[in-house]
Amino acid sequence: MAIWLTENSKIIVQGITGSEGSKHSARMLRSGANVVGGVNARKAGTTVTLEGKELPVFGTVAEAIKATGADVSVVFVPPKFTKDAVVEAIEAEIPLAVVITEGVPVQDSAEFWALAVAKGGKTRIIGPNCPGIASPGKSNAGIIPADITPAGRIGLVSKSGTLTYQMMFELRDFGFSTCVGIGGDPVIGTTHIDALQAFQDDPDTDAIVMIGEIGGDAEERAAAYIEQHITKPVVGYVAGFTAPEGKTMGHAGAIVSGSAGTAQAKKDALEKVGVRVGKTPSETARLMREIMQNL
Amino acid sequence: MDLFEHQAKELFAEYGVPVPTGKVAHTPAEAKAIATELFAAGSKKVVIKAQVKTGGRGKAGGVKLADTPDEAEALATQILGMDIKGHTVHKVLVEEGSAIAQEFYFSFLLDRANRTYLSICTVEGGVEIEDVPHDQLALIQINALEGVDAAKAREIAVAGRLPEIAIDGAADIIAKLWTVFTKEDATLVEVNPLILTADDQVRALDGKVSLDENAAFRQPRQEQLEDKAAADPLEAKAKEKDLNYVKLDGNVGIIGNGAGLVMSTLDVVAYAGEEFPGSPKPANFLDIGGGASAEVMAAGLEIILSDPSVKSIFVNVFGGITACDAVANGIVAAYELLGSRGETVDRPLVVRLDGNNAELGRQILNDAALKGVEQVETMDDAARRAAELAAVGA
Repeated sequence: MAIWLTENSKIIVQGITGSEGSKHSARMLRSGANVVGGVNARKAGTTVTLEGKELPVFGTVAEAIKATGADVSVVFVPPKFTKDAVVEAIEAEIPLAVVITEGVPVQDSAEFWALAVAKGGKTRIIGPNCPGIASPGKSNAGIIPADITPAGRIGLVSKSGTLTYQMMFELRDFGFSTCVGIGGDPVIGTTHIDALQAFQDDPDTDAIVMIGEIGGDAEERAAAYIEQHITKPVVGYVAGFTAPEGKTMGHAGAIVSGSAGTAQAKKDALEKVGVRVGKTPSETARLMREIMQNL
Repeated sequence: MDLFEHQAKELFAEYGVPVPTGKVAHTPAEAKAIATELFAAGSKKVVIKAQVKTGGRGKAGGVKLADTPDEAEALATQILGMDIKGHTVHKVLVEEGSAIAQEFYFSFLLDRANRTYLSICTVEGGVEIEDVPHDQLALIQINALEGVDAAKAREIAVAGRLPEIAIDGAADIIAKLWTVFTKEDATLVEVNPLILTADDQVRALDGKVSLDENAAFRQPRQEQLEDKAAADPLEAKAKEKDLNYVKLDGNVGIIGNGAGLVMSTLDVVAYAGEEFPGSPKPANFLDIGGGASAEVMAAGLEIILSDPSVKSIFVNVFGGITACDAVANGIVAAYELLGSRGETVDRPLVVRLDGNNAELGRQILNDAALKGVEQVETMDDAARRAAELAAVGA
């Protein structure tokens, strides 16, 4: 098994006709993911051919679900139209919406999150501004390269894209059940806690790597959750120890304001509940390696 | 983007939030002229307020009361040029003095943990909000779909235990500030203090607003609110070229792909630097993102090389979507491009390539044999080498 994305997942791509959407749809197909179609209101009824597969383009997410049985949507539309696209996915009650788009206004994210909650939480949102989710050997929804690591029994949840790839690479000899990039925006759908809980419940995950970064208090809250609910071993990494206060470090959410959101505070909170935290990505990988060898 | 107080108040006034009459002065003479107008219009006192984007201005002596235009001029002379927590005062707000009966606190902000908005209101205003005991604050969540109507605004004012006489005025202001918050794509709208005047009027005596830069595409007029003069010259130059660059105070130039990996690179370099004399530290944050074309690489290198404190450069790339051969070609082409302009890369460059097409990328750099470029296999070792070279070059 894996979490949220399996070999049975049927994926549609919102924005499949755009340059990013078509490029990454092709990559997903090459990695073996079951992409079954796309959505673009202006090109409804047409098809796009990617990797030798002719994919139907639908006018709405609801139509795409009806025709294909899709249960995952990957959103590649530009920031201006992202809110409408995600709202459409939520209204259609798709179980998983993976929002790759970077630069979404935070009020738009807050709005579609509120809608998802109001609709009873039928749609899990991952992102925005994230690399997506990959269950190696099974499926891939987003832009995470499929060939870094084979399947294995480590679960990975991360705020950062390239650090996700780095960690997958470092531990490729063990492999991963599922890797989730939750994104570095101030308001995101799926959180560290959601992923920790899912990995705890996943019989095919033995241990969890959690990657955080400066800004907000998601890692501190995750630490409190781990203490109460997680029995599987967790190894952590936090980026941004040397980031100065008040400067946004690339991700809109990565900013240290006042005494809040520092990497040290996050590391301390995690270590306090028994999570081993690496100083560097390679040390983090080494800590996980020790755990996997002793399981 | 954080706004100056005067910008926040101008925005408030546009949305009908009552604020004291005032104008910005860049010189003591301008301050005197504005004060003269205010006294002529009936002000008993005028306030001179330093315009800097940091708190604690009052304690630092950046807020003063004047009884005459001459006094306003003298105070402006004192305040202009003052340093408040590392911020130089380049302008002052000169406004009518208010007869304050009582001070409150109010804000709307993004509540990251709950993925929604929060309003904070309390009768205990006029002091740093961090110093107010938590049980004195009314924290009320705002549903993003429902927003704040008149009834909700009133609920917030009442929950903050504002006095009865101030409730109507405060609720009206709160509803209008909600419009500011949503229409302007703000992540913070704060009024501290929100005051009750001696004649029972409620008004915003201060204002702090942070805007969401991701919303710039639908907020075209906000561009002019940017404080271009205050930006670091290298940061300004990087922004022109669409590079995600932050100037830091060390001497190892950093180029990487992806915000998280670059942040991590800064840490790894700082740790490695501790082993060497002078403890070399990162000189910058530079995320070249997904694409690493020759142009982007050249632009990045150019920015970093124009920083005289940089003694060595570390290019740390994990090829995910980005292919390492493209990055390597980018480095080679960047050297050619800079060379053709008569510029040379006169400081050592350490490269670590991993991931997508790493072998090919390493081969390209080996074949090119660029002067001063060396490759190191792992991120930790490469960081150590870059720090070592910075220590030698320092």
